[in-house]
Amino acid sequence: MKLAMILLVLFSCSLHAEIKIYDFKDPALEQRYQGLTEELRCLVCQNQNIADSHAELAEDLRGKVYELLNKGESDAQIVEYMTNRYGDFVLYRPPLKSKTLILWLAPILTVLLGAFGFWAVLRKRDKPQEHLSDAERRRIEELLKRKSE
Amino acid sequence: MRYLLPLGAFIVLVIFLGIGLKLDPKEVPSPLIGKPAPQFSLPQLHAPEQNFSPEQMKGKVWLLNVWASWCVSCREEHIHLSEFARTGIVEVVGLNYKDEPEDAKKWLSLLGNPYLLSISDKEGKAGLDWGVYGVPETFVIDKKGVIRHKQTGPVNPEILQNVILPLVQTLNGEAS
Repeated sequence: MKLAMILLVLFSCSLHAEIKIYDFKDPALEQRYQGLTEELRCLVCQNQNIADSHAELAEDLRGKVYELLNKGESDAQIVEYMTNRYGDFVLYRPPLKSKTLILWLAPILTVLLGAFGFWAVLRKRDKPQEHLSDAERRRIEELLKRKSE
Repeated sequence: MRYLLPLGAFIVLVIFLGIGLKLDPKEVPSPLIGKPAPQFSLPQLHAPEQNFSPEQMKGKVWLLNVWASWCVSCREEHIHLSEFARTGIVEVVGLNYKDEPEDAKKWLSLLGNPYLLSISDKEGKAGLDWGVYGVPETFVIDKKGVIRHKQTGPVNPEILQNVILPLVQTLNGEAS
């Protein structure tokens, strides 16, 4: 049984698809490759960048980034190549334009809204709470006076 | 009055969640809509010695359907697409994406061939240029060679009748 388990574990590891490693002659190029593939989003596994994704599309896109880098294209050119085909969606940091405005402003607005709510609650709490009518106040004073006598 | 604010916030939340439920995150708007169709020149599936390029379809409204024999939902849409192609209202070109030509030909002879012709894009190079990320995909291209619509995922009778057909009819009326 134990042996079977060990075999199972070993075997299941070998089933994992491996991410192809590209060879770079220039370490600076490799660094840029790392940066770009981490910034580009995979359209199949939408919560992964293309550096981490095992999807076939991500593999193709990594190959394309490698190819374009070796052709001597700049980072901006490569990003443009991707957005021309897949739109701003492939960018984990989409550019600020009218269509993406809400995306960029929503976090700030949410924090401001929260801060306002917090402030409103605090202000309410600071105020002394008095709901006594004049008659009640007179009666309290009377009672206190009687006690001290 | 006390409950008005939480209730309002709750209603707003429900509205947003409701909208979110209806949205399909898999559907990414294509930047290619309204742009000239990317060019390529690739061998035809049934006549590898002959190349096809989108240029050849100029002056016609046509569909480019991206399919593969390994793609499960292609099988699902195949019957609807075939029925639509049979009406003869528009020519459908198949882009056989990352597939083995032998498997692709077998698939077509088994299920029927609705395509005017299919193109063999074995390495997915044309697919990359057309921004393909989820097979099947269907593009509508006008007489000038401009992409006018993209359907990601399988087409169904509803989409064909309500979206693709009216669009093809309007585009057919446009000057080339």
